[in-house]
Amino acid sequence: MKKKWSFLTIIFTIVIMLTGCEPLLVLDPKGPQAERQASDIMLSIGIMSVIVLVVFVILIIMLVKYRASKQREDYEPPHIEGNIWVEVICVGIPVLIVAYLSFVSVQSNNIVESAPKGYEDKEPLIVYASTSNWKWHFSYPEENIETVNYLYIPTDRALEFKLYSYGPITSFWIPQLGGQKYAMADMLTTLHLAADAPGEYMGRNASFSGKGFAENTFNVTAIPQAEFDEWVEEVKESAEPLTEEKFVELLKPSIVGQSTFTGTHLEFLPPPKKHNKHTNRASNSEHSEHNKY
Amino acid sequence: MDYFDRFAVPHPSPAIYASMVAIGLTVIAIFAGLTYFKKWGYLWREWLTTVDHKRIGIMYLISALLMLFRGGADAIMMRAQLAAPENTLLDAQHYNEIFTTHGIVMIIFMAMPFIMAFMNFVVPLQIGARDVAFPRLNALSFWLFFMGAMLLNISFVVGGSPDAGWTSYFPLASNEFSESVGTNYYMFALQISGLGTLMTGINMITTILKMRAPGMTLMKMPMFTWSSLVANIIIVFAFPVLTVALLMGTMDRLFATNFFTTANGGMDMLWANFFWVWGHPEVYILILPAFGIYSEIISTFSRRNLYGYKSMVGSMVIISLLSFLVWTHHFFTMGQGALTNSIFSITTMAIAVPTGVKIFNWLFTLWKGKIVITTPMLYSLLFIPIFTIGGVTGVMLGMSAADYQYHNTMFLVAHFHMVIIPGVVFGMLAGLHYYWPKMFGFKLNDKIGKVEAWVISMSTLLAFMPMFFSGLDGQARRMYTYSESTGFGIYNMISMVGAVGLAIGFCLIVYNVYYSTRYASRDVGSDPWNARTLEWATHSPVPEYNFAMTPQVNSLEPFWDAKKRGHELFTGYYEKIHMPNNSGVPFILGCIFFAWGFSFIFGMWIPAIVTTIGIFACMAYRSFENDHGRYISVNEIQKTETSRGA
Repeated sequence: MKKKWSFLTIIFTIVIMLTGCEPLLVLDPKGPQAERQASDIMLSIGIMSVIVLVVFVILIIMLVKYRASKQREDYEPPHIEGNIWVEVICVGIPVLIVAYLSFVSVQSNNIVESAPKGYEDKEPLIVYASTSNWKWHFSYPEENIETVNYLYIPTDRALEFKLYSYGPITSFWIPQLGGQKYAMADMLTTLHLAADAPGEYMGRNASFSGKGFAENTFNVTAIPQAEFDEWVEEVKESAEPLTEEKFVELLKPSIVGQSTFTGTHLEFLPPPKKHNKHTNRASNSEHSEHNKY
Repeated sequence: MDYFDRFAVPHPSPAIYASMVAIGLTVIAIFAGLTYFKKWGYLWREWLTTVDHKRIGIMYLISALLMLFRGGADAIMMRAQLAAPENTLLDAQHYNEIFTTHGIVMIIFMAMPFIMAFMNFVVPLQIGARDVAFPRLNALSFWLFFMGAMLLNISFVVGGSPDAGWTSYFPLASNEFSESVGTNYYMFALQISGLGTLMTGINMITTILKMRAPGMTLMKMPMFTWSSLVANIIIVFAFPVLTVALLMGTMDRLFATNFFTTANGGMDMLWANFFWVWGHPEVYILILPAFGIYSEIISTFSRRNLYGYKSMVGSMVIISLLSFLVWTHHFFTMGQGALTNSIFSITTMAIAVPTGVKIFNWLFTLWKGKIVITTPMLYSLLFIPIFTIGGVTGVMLGMSAADYQYHNTMFLVAHFHMVIIPGVVFGMLAGLHYYWPKMFGFKLNDKIGKVEAWVISMSTLLAFMPMFFSGLDGQARRMYTYSESTGFGIYNMISMVGAVGLAIGFCLIVYNVYYSTRYASRDVGSDPWNARTLEWATHSPVPEYNFAMTPQVNSLEPFWDAKKRGHELFTGYYEKIHMPNNSGVPFILGCIFFAWGFSFIFGMWIPAIVTTIGIFACMAYRSFENDHGRYISVNEIQKTETSRGA
């Protein structure tokens, strides 16, 4: 165990060194989901490095020992069919490794697909995140506000993102808080995240969606709950209401800056009804004709 | 003039005009050259109408090399655009078109014909056959592939290239979001060449199952033949899925159906599922024949039999089965839940086991051998470590929870290049150097060859290793630009250096071909590598009938036995040989298919109907044609054999 960890530390150090001491975003997690994913990544890098090392060592030994130049002129290599025990080892060890990784993988799947642990005392914050070419709309139904291309979130509280798209498939991704998930036009997907530390994080659409894809990013600001409440109040006082005309205008393909509204588009243009797992509050609407389920 | 507007490139640039001029000049030069040297007849008789598997193999090879440079040019442009932050060499639309065509060209029109080249050239020789089972169908396969490739390649000068990624996910690829005819090109180019591939699949399976030399049981087949058999079985099961998916996509784009749209009950992810149900097995279609070539080469140059033959065969069969059970790992992030992801995560990682068995078997083939390092062997030895790095990152990607962080990033791009380049491209280049003397009667220069191998393999590492880091740092794939504050600049700059290195390496191959054609010795004999399997038992270059007498097989390595243990490969006397006649129909049918695809792409219905009739007319003609082939007389065989020093 100790060896494994010291090995992981070495690998981690090498990774950090190679990147000029600035940790890579994915390996610098700021939330429980991203932490689990980063530890899976480090674990698999560790185990895989051992395999790579074994292959390299065997290859080098073979090449050093059995070069024609190292052997007698009349050396005639023997006919070797293969050995059952060698085969058993070559199959057995990889099977054990894959079994172990499968075990970890199944566990992690259940962790990242359910609400993050440790915040049960508070209700999760629900945010509807939708894309249109090439922008992000964030609707806070409980707070009754909506933002474009930026996201404010409270720290130390579970976040539940409901994802969908007004157009091509996109993928909602905040590397430091956790992995991505698709946003699609005909169904609603759910992504569970949480932020442990206040800070500014990069968020983007990770799935290619046409000309404005590179610019399809958003800023994430994580702040303590009290400050978050203040921000909500401030928005309610200062922002203008989101009208249907305004929202339809926003849906047209364009690259725009950040903006803030009171009210959400969920009222007049509800998200798709079909969802993958969790319940959602979408009411029946004209969207139900968009899918036959 | 409105009618002709549709053929205009929607988003022209100086580079595109330059390519138009270049294409025009090349075509004129080819036509002028053929006329000046009076080679039209030669071209028609010896190449365009040929049904000889060796010539078809060589035509596949030439196409693959041409497409390698076409796809490589795309790659260089992409890397140049990304080499510096906020670069303005290409705009978003051009970048999108370029990475799309890079993917399509490299997979469908470079890697596929490359493996087809070796399957065509080598398999009949390895099993001691005179040709494939259906020689004329084989010619049709080639011409369909070739016309599909040409169709895609004219897209960027006529009407615009596809721009929705090589995966062409709907709804991005629908008329609503991809307005040019680009994606129509994608649908028809892949459809036409895909039909050709499916025919090859049927042809090769029949050839391998029915035409082996007497004594060659299934478990005495050389490893490359085994790998081709398995790959072609995958083709026959996987390609129909692509055919149907492309048909549905075409219907959506041309006839306003709603299979993959977001409205009226369409399901956008259905395309993704179809695409990868074909697309993942496709990866193994490409890599298994390369594994076969490595097996031949490593065994030859270790001067030893292949270690663990049975487990090699078994692992390929298991890989072929598993390849159909993992497609969902291409979209773990679709939101299908923990259970589905867990199942596909396990099947994905399970593929590492049979693949690992193959790696260890190659390593043990070196054991107690007498290793001679030639160019093909060097490629194979460089393949093992680099492929291992690429392969283990595949296991990492298979951990579905962690994949939420890798998906759609440069980490993924690094992974699949680090398996496909050493896996497929090195394998094909190794095969190119290995089989070159059998094809053309002289060896490629070994010194230049080794420089190539080192330059290409080190450049591969340089180009793709940094992407693992930039991916983990949050660089999504397919971004045409990024800001300086992201810090991706350094990784992309290193990648650019690697890309230039790769370009140099590939140019060295061309130089090697030129140099060796001029200076290499023509006196290499039929067995220049001291090899072990049947293809080396006939002359180089191979006479059209392959073997004057059918070889007798008693073991896995009949030619080695003939050399070392006095096994009699050829017994009996010359008999007249039945051979198929050349035919112009496959070529003509290919041309009609080209026109057919072109008409549909631009929605020109009258030509579309005419060409459809033309296709059926060609098939009807073939059905009523009375062609029983021809015989090569004993006299002629004797003459050929004597002139080649038998």
